[in-house]
Order: sequence, then structure tokens, then C-alpha cells
Amino acid sequence: MSERAAKVTPEEEQDDDQITDSAAPDAATESESTTDADAETTTEPVTSGAEAVVRALENAGVEYAFGVQGGAIMPVYDALYDSDIYHVTMAHEQGAAHAADAYGIVSGEPGVCLATSGPGATNLVTGIADADMDSDPMVALTGQVPTEFVGNDAFQETDTTGVTTPITKDNTFSSDSDRVGSDVSEAFALAREGRPGPTLVDLPKDVTKGETDREPDAPKVPDTYRVQERADPEIVDAAAERIETSNKPVMLLGGGVIKGEASEACREFAIEHEIPVITTMPGIGAFPEDHELSLEMAGMHGTGYANMAITHCDTLIGIGTRFDDRLTGGIETFAPDAEVIHVDIDPAEISKNIHADYPLVGDAETVVEQLADAVDASPEAKKWRAQCQQWKSDYSMAYEAPEDEPVQPEFVVEALDEATSDRAIVTTGVGQHQMWACQYWTYTEPRTWVSSHGLGAMGYGLPSAIGARLAADDDQEVVCIDGDGSFLMTLQGLSVAVRENLDITVAVLNNEYIGMVRQWQDAFFEGRHSASDYHWMPEFDKLAEAFGAAGFRIDDYDDVAETIEEAIAYDGPSVIDVHIDPDANVYPMVPSGGDNGQFALTEDQL
Amino acid sequence: MKRGLEGPSPEERPTPRGRRNKQGIRIDPEVEATYEPRRTVISALVEHEPGVLSDVSGLFSRRQFNIESLTVGPTEDEDLARITIVVEEPDPGIDQVEKQLRKLVPVISVRELEPDAMRRELALIKVNADRPAEVAAVADMYDGETVDSSPETATIEVTGARQKIEAAIDTFSQFGIREISRTGTTALARGTDQTAAPEAAQPADGANQETYTQTANDD
Repeated sequence: MSERAAKVTPEEEQDDDQITDSAAPDAATESESTTDADAETTTEPVTSGAEAVVRALENAGVEYAFGVQGGAIMPVYDALYDSDIYHVTMAHEQGAAHAADAYGIVSGEPGVCLATSGPGATNLVTGIADADMDSDPMVALTGQVPTEFVGNDAFQETDTTGVTTPITKDNTFSSDSDRVGSDVSEAFALAREGRPGPTLVDLPKDVTKGETDREPDAPKVPDTYRVQERADPEIVDAAAERIETSNKPVMLLGGGVIKGEASEACREFAIEHEIPVITTMPGIGAFPEDHELSLEMAGMHGTGYANMAITHCDTLIGIGTRFDDRLTGGIETFAPDAEVIHVDIDPAEISKNIHADYPLVGDAETVVEQLADAVDASPEAKKWRAQCQQWKSDYSMAYEAPEDEPVQPEFVVEALDEATSDRAIVTTGVGQHQMWACQYWTYTEPRTWVSSHGLGAMGYGLPSAIGARLAADDDQEVVCIDGDGSFLMTLQGLSVAVRENLDITVAVLNNEYIGMVRQWQDAFFEGRHSASDYHWMPEFDKLAEAFGAAGFRIDDYDDVAETIEEAIAYDGPSVIDVHIDPDANVYPMVPSGGDNGQFALTEDQL
Repeated sequence: MKRGLEGPSPEERPTPRGRRNKQGIRIDPEVEATYEPRRTVISALVEHEPGVLSDVSGLFSRRQFNIESLTVGPTEDEDLARITIVVEEPDPGIDQVEKQLRKLVPVISVRELEPDAMRRELALIKVNADRPAEVAAVADMYDGETVDSSPETATIEVTGARQKIEAAIDTFSQFGIREISRTGTTALARGTDQTAAPEAAQPADGANQETYTQTANDD
């Protein structure tokens, strides 16, 4: 919990005389006060649907909720007024969803976002879709017009469950004040059980205003939702034998490894059997990138060595990955010689994109332990490991940074990494800066990398830093590496960071371009920079100051280390406007649908 | 802007000879085999609650499954409904259809029916009644029933397997067809074999069994 947690609002203190003393400005006592408050509030019976909703949140252990007020959700906010759940008012609902998403990534518990009906709900959509693509646990609560108006195109009405069906794990139109609390409890259980994902409960105003004395049921998934924890032992044995007899094995760790708390088990397995490890982008942090066996990230902008290894391996142990096209490139050339062992908790991921020769359905940690028990001998892969090391030196991730040139973005990312601890959390927007943040920051711990992977939602950086900050430990720095275009999309969130005094450092890698688009235009559209040139960018340092945050600016190498140090040391939100080389591009690169082994190292090779 | 990283260029790098097909299955590059689509019937038992049908149909449209018909109706248990779907997909696609269906929370069980399952559809065929005796004779031939007749039209109800309906429509066309309304296919497994039972709901069973068996086409 951050220092912000101590800022219990005066209203909350007055409302609950029993906790007035314990709401001291000190994070350690804050959690106790929550417990006391829980114990106390549960003695008060609920009287309305809205109170039942809030009770369900409290029962689920919710500490923070991110949202924006509005007409149809007002009864819920009214009930929140008396709750110890800290509501973070966001400047835009998209930010609320991203903040909740990031909270879910960092804490492992579903993040909660709230919005009113109509535009409030539709503004959440990007963040919900993002959580769905990345399997992040999230609960979205949306207001809805009163039941009698539903379907009549009433003011601020949207068919929210209709809109969000394709992007939620499950959603519910809650139609009964007696049931609404339990609907929220169930949404919680579903969001985190099995493969995590976003759930949504649509709350008509009459249902939340309606009287009820029904306490919500305990969070429980419906009977029809079943999750298999352990993989079929016969296939485990067959897979184990395959691993033992392979000569060129690799492990591919996806986001599911982190969500399934399987990082430790995977590390032990890889190190014991000396198997090189690649991660997907959401899998960053599952394996320490400074370890000899790590080949870092594969895929479109993955390292050359990871892409060589994935292309040439004979056994691919994919864990918690859905083989996204940004990872695989063209299916025809993806690990074409490899027998694939695929561990996933979602049976539908098995053989969806890449055929699994050894399908292992189950919880990542459990299945990796099953595999560890079944594998008796390590594969004979000395030559393979040497080959991987050779590729590491052949295709090393290095860049030139001559003093007289504009600042190179890679240098800035490395400087930020150096200035922070191993447990620092990085959040990003989407674009070139995101790729540099993957490539040039050395991640060693799970849940320290927060990004929009599958959806690629620009604007994710700042609001996710807000959510990450509240979920992070006090001693973890939160650094948002953003791009100018991405930052511009949600920078109104700075007002939230300032109000809550969140210790966040935003480094905007500013090239006055939608850089990734510019890079593609250079490569594939004859350099025609249609609508990608953002030469009208504001001065972000001054903008930050206008919001009440600290503003910094970097123009050349001399400023980098010192300015970063100052910004990180600043106790509150700070923004560094880093003017980078506008021509810098991201390499290596596999053109979309291309062969991973044929990655380009320069523009000429595309 | 010819910057970038160092290292052997793409043409200097070794390339594996293997290949996968579009379905991600490793293949002999000489043969280039892919699975051909086949038509099959999938039966799903679902909770009878609002929104299930739209969940299912939305799933099909957004995942671009090639769906031929989808019918839904109540079952012996008033809390449950059965959805019968005829899809035409290659084997891996059929597998995906089943797995994605199972992921929907209100879905209780999903199963692909055996080729010998009973499958029926119903058609209402409205034809010109210039030659009523002949219309009646054709109706009789297909075990059809005249459900409405007027001086100018006759509407015949025909039920049966798809082929029979197609054949009936074909034969009726000689009278001049005014309108046709058809249901999709509904189906049940034969004998004591349960079509889609709650016990059969283990989602992983199907997932762990990846041997694609070619089954005979339905009707």
C-alpha cells in the first residue's frame, strides 16, 4: 500500500467513530483499521441493493475502486460513502478501467472499476477489452437506467451487457435487489478463478435503490464453471519423456505463468534441467532476464537470440501462452521442427493457433510441478545451450549513443533501470517506447511489468501507473515509460496522481511522432508520414507543472542521469519530457506474418 | 536512418526445413496437408436464461465459425435449454467450437453427435394450388401434411432429415413455390446414449484428446 492509503478522508473518519483513532497517517496501521472496519460494518445489515453491492466488494477484500460518478450509478456511490473502500475518482473512465487492470496485474486480485450507464460504460470498454485480451482479473460495475426504461433508448442508456459480451469472461444484467449483491460476489469469483479475466455487472438504478435485507452470498463460481487443476498424468509422462530425450529444448513462459504464480516452479525446472528460457511479452518477469539461461522475449520485437532459439528448437514447452501472432509471426514457420508441449488452464487455448503434441490442461504451477516430478533425466543439450549463447553474442542488444547525437531512447530506458531497484514496476503505453522498455530494461521479478499486450491500447501507461502504485509495496518505485502520442491520450490522469499524491515517475520518450506508425510507414509505405507526425506536441514538463506535478526535461546526454535521479527522488508524480532521437526505430523486427528466424536488424533487411 | 543492430543478416542464418500448416500442425513440407471442412452437429445443454442464445450466436460470429444452422428450444428440464448447431469446419475448427462453447459460463455441456444421431428439421412450403391433387400427392410422398390451404395456395409441413426436405422442396418447385420457412436442424443421440448430459461436462476431456477422427457426413 502506498503513502496515499493514509489519506483517509475526513468524512470517512467521522462516519465511523470506532476507527477514527486507527486511521492514523501511517500505512502499517491502515490495514488493521480496514480489518476493524470490516468487522464493524458487517454487523450492520444491508438495506438496499446498492449496500449489498458494496458489502459484496467488502467481503471480497476490496481496498480500492477506480471510477467516475454519474446518474445511474449514484446509489452505489452513495453506499460507498459509508464504506472503508477507498474510491479513486478518475478523470476518465478509460483510466478507471486501466487502473483497475494494472491493480489486478500487480496484486493478483481483481481490480474494481465503476462507471455510470451509457457513456460511462462505453468509456470503460477499452480497458475491459484490454483486460480480456491479457486475462487480467477485473470486476467492472456499471450503472444502468431503471429497469422500466431499459430497451426504450432512455437517457444515457446503452446495452452494456450486449456491448461487453465479446470482451468479458462473463457479464450479468442484475435485475433483482435481492440478488444484486450475490451477482457481484459471483463476478468476483469468476474474475479470478481459473483463467482470470474481466467480469461485469450491470446495475439498473431501481435495483440498486431497491430495498433488500439480503446479504450477498460468499464469492463462488457457478456450478457450470469448472477448472481442471491437474493435467492428465499419461500426457505428463509422455511430455516428460519428450523433454528427457530432446536435444534442443526451450521453455516459453507466457503471462499465465505469472498469473498462475508459477514463476518459481518454472525457474526451478529450467535451472535444474538447464533449459533455455524465452518469455512472451506478458510473460516478462517470469524468469530473471539476467540469468544465463534467459533469452528474454521472442516475437515481432523480441531479441534475435530468442527468435533464433524458438525457430530452431526441437521441443517447445509453452506455459500459459496463447501463441499470439505477435509472438509466432507466420504460423508456417513458427518452431517448425518442434514438438509442442502446451500447458494452459484454458482448454480452448490448446491447439487454437499452434497444434499441441502434448496438451497439458491445468494450473500452471501444478502442472509444472507434475512435470518436474515426471522428468528424471535432464536433456542432453550442451551443444544447444552453447548455440544459444553464440546467438546471444551474435545478435546482442546493443545500440550506439554518440554524444553529439540526440538522446537515444535505449539509453534512457537503461538509465531508468539503473536508477531504480530490481522490484521497480514499469508500466507503459503502446508503441516504440513500449518495445524499448521490453528490450532494454532487465526484468527479474514477476508482476513488475505492466503493459497492454494483446489489445495494444495507447493511453494505457499513466492510468496503469496509478493502479500499479496503489497495489505496489511502498518501497517499489513505479516508473511509467510512455510515448508522446500514448501519453497525450490519457494525460488527464495526472490530475488524479496529483490529488492522490502518488509517487510515480513518468518518462515520456518524446519523438513528436506516433513512432511505431512512423517506423512502419518508413518500412512499408514509402516513408509517407500520413497523420503520424505530431510536431504540435505540448511541452510535457510544463503541462505536468500546470497539473501540480513536477516537470523535468531532458535534451541531451548530460541531463539524463541527474534528471532521472531527481524525478525519481521527487515524492509525488513527476513527468520527464525526454526529447529523444526522432529517427530512432525499434529493432530487431519480424514483419507481421513473417518468419521469426528472419528478423531484420536494420531497415534495409525488411 | 540505416541504423539497426549488428549480426549475420537473414540470408546468412540457418533456416529449419520443417513447416506447419495453417492450423498450426507440423506437416511434411512436400505434402502440405490441411484438414478439409466437414459438416457436423454439435449439441449444447445450457441454462435456460436470457442472453444465452446471443452469447452463443455472438461467439460464432466473432470467431468466424462457419455455421449452417442454430436452433434452440426447451428440454425435459424447464431450467435447461438445448442448442443444436450445425457447423462446417475442419477438424481443428470443430474442436475449437466445442471448447469455446464450453467456456461460456451458462453452458453446461457440449458434445459433437455421432453420425448416426437422429437429426430433423421442419419446413413450411407454400406453393401455388393450381393442381391441388398433385400437391396432395407430393405431400403424401414426403409424409407431409397440408396445414393451410386457400383457393390459390397450399402450405405443407414437412419434417425430416435435411436431404428429405431438400428433395421435397425440389419436387414442390414444379407447382411454383411462393414462400419457404425452414427451421435449422435439431438432433438427439440414438438409444440410451445421452446427447449432452451434465456428467459429460468435464471441459478438459475433449481438450486432452487431440486425435482428429474423420466421421462420416451426416445426411
